Amino acid sequence: MKLEVRNLSFSFRCREVLRDVSFSAERGEFLSVVGPNGAGKSTLFRCILGIYSDYTGRIAVDGDEIRSLSRRQLADRIAYIPQIHRPTFGYSVLDTVLMGTTHHLSPFTQPKARQITQAEQAMEWLGVAHLANRNFAHLSGGEQQLVLVARAIAQQADILVMDEPTSALDYGNQLRVLQRVRQLADKGYTVLLSTHNPQHALTFSHRVLALSDGRVAAWGKADQALTEELIQLLYQVKVDFLETEEGRIIVPRKGVGLS
Amino acid sequence: MAKTKIWLCRYSESRRGKFFEIVLLILLAVLFLFSFVLGRYDVPLKEVVHILLGRWFPITPTWTPNMETVVLNVRLPRILLACLVGACLSAAGATYQSVFQNPMAAPDILGASSGACFGAALAILLGLGSYYITIFAFGSSLTTVGMVCLIGQRMRGNPITGMLLAGIMIGSLFNAGTSYLKLVADPTDELPAITYWLMGSLSGAKMRDVSLAAVPMLIGLVPLLLLRWRINVLTLEEEEARAIGVDTRRLRLAVIASATVITAASVAASGMIGWVGLVIPHLCRRLVGNNFCHLLPCSILFGAIFLLLADNISRNLLATEIPIGILTAFVGAPFLLYLLTRKEHIL
Repeated sequence: MKLEVRNLSFSFRCREVLRDVSFSAERGEFLSVVGPNGAGKSTLFRCILGIYSDYTGRIAVDGDEIRSLSRRQLADRIAYIPQIHRPTFGYSVLDTVLMGTTHHLSPFTQPKARQITQAEQAMEWLGVAHLANRNFAHLSGGEQQLVLVARAIAQQADILVMDEPTSALDYGNQLRVLQRVRQLADKGYTVLLSTHNPQHALTFSHRVLALSDGRVAAWGKADQALTEELIQLLYQVKVDFLETEEGRIIVPRKGVGLS
Repeated sequence: MAKTKIWLCRYSESRRGKFFEIVLLILLAVLFLFSFVLGRYDVPLKEVVHILLGRWFPITPTWTPNMETVVLNVRLPRILLACLVGACLSAAGATYQSVFQNPMAAPDILGASSGACFGAALAILLGLGSYYITIFAFGSSLTTVGMVCLIGQRMRGNPITGMLLAGIMIGSLFNAGTSYLKLVADPTDELPAITYWLMGSLSGAKMRDVSLAAVPMLIGLVPLLLLRWRINVLTLEEEEARAIGVDTRRLRLAVIASATVITAASVAASGMIGWVGLVIPHLCRRLVGNNFCHLLPCSILFGAIFLLLADNISRNLLATEIPIGILTAFVGAPFLLYLLTRKEHIL
């Protein structure tokens, strides 16, 4: 599905958080959203998820403005994968994933064989099927994040919105989760993922959207949009780009930006 | 439906849930019958069964009319009320815990009990009969929670925190009101009546009390049972739950309203019986996990068993009856300490 954002502006308590943001993401595209803390990444995602609806401009999924869609219709198209956090009540992994199927059910019914098949498929895709009976709260961070991705897959929406999914993970799990996400994009999902690590954006995503102070600082192909100048602008640090066999690597300069 | 069951059998939690539901149901049935035998007036179990069946089937009486009066007019309403109140308080506690994402939530978290106490105290002060005490307590309890919800919605920030804060404040306001009513009450008869009511007791329950309480209880329990899968989604963060396609505001309101109706009906029928709504859901979480599909039925059954057991002790342990609210606190407070000191925090 195609996600299109046109001239999006949003103010929160009289402060303009997003200003004139425009971009789009095609089917099968992995779009990384980068920018410093407070640049408006989370706010942008909340607008796309329909949490904030008093924005100006247009957010459209396959041509339909999302404000005209009901909660259920929106859940049919866009799934959200939050940062992992300690849940108040730990559910089994199966139940956690099954929750993603809720919008297929009428309010008074419980998941049936069809939903369970859906959840099992999603768990198998993400390689977490063997954890089905475990308590979500007792899993490692990497496993939890994959389970949350599986829940989004069980939701059967084509657009995945991920708010800094790797920020609470160790080095290995960060790469493993991003690898999986890239595979999902290759399978046809549209992925919107915010990250604090420009290297991740460069290595895994097709395109990059850079936000600075609520405005679009750059939007384009990952290897073209991410430049030394952009990183200087976003984070006030000086870096070099090294070409290697494994791709382009971002290396901070010594005594970086501390002056 | 049958296919679903086969699928679910592959998952341990679902199997455990089913198992405990059946075990608790059998336990409740046994305890229910056994409770008729307890008491100062001796009625053998065989006669109890005959008397109960005799209401629907033509059985030639082998029992005395006294036995029938004791079983049908004294013990039956009290046993039924104990089951209903226990089931409702426990169900309401489990619901509030999930809705407010707070393991320490109990049925009185939104001021339902404080409101009911104030209403009951007011009715006693006005010299009204037991029927009106119940009605006043019920109405005042619903009004209190309504106020809490209205004020909580207007608060800035997280709607859940707003409601909890409003609950604490309005609750203490009504507690102060009850204290004032106690102050101006006649110390020879009104004050003791208020004090005993506040302690919580099922003594003197009549069939009319049971039917008066049962209607709102069913009105509240049925939606909770129907919505029990969706209530799981409410335990997620607000954004996650909405992205999953749930209208959290409407669902939360419906669930809180149902839980409040059953809490108000319970408190109005029996006074303050604390701890059931906190302790029993936690025990059930240990047994069957946090999935509300199993947690709610188990909490209902376990709550009924627990309160019936407590009431049996309350009316038989000593010559004078111990108010059941005191007994449940004796069990509940140590359990809370255990919960707080346990190493593993996530339930």
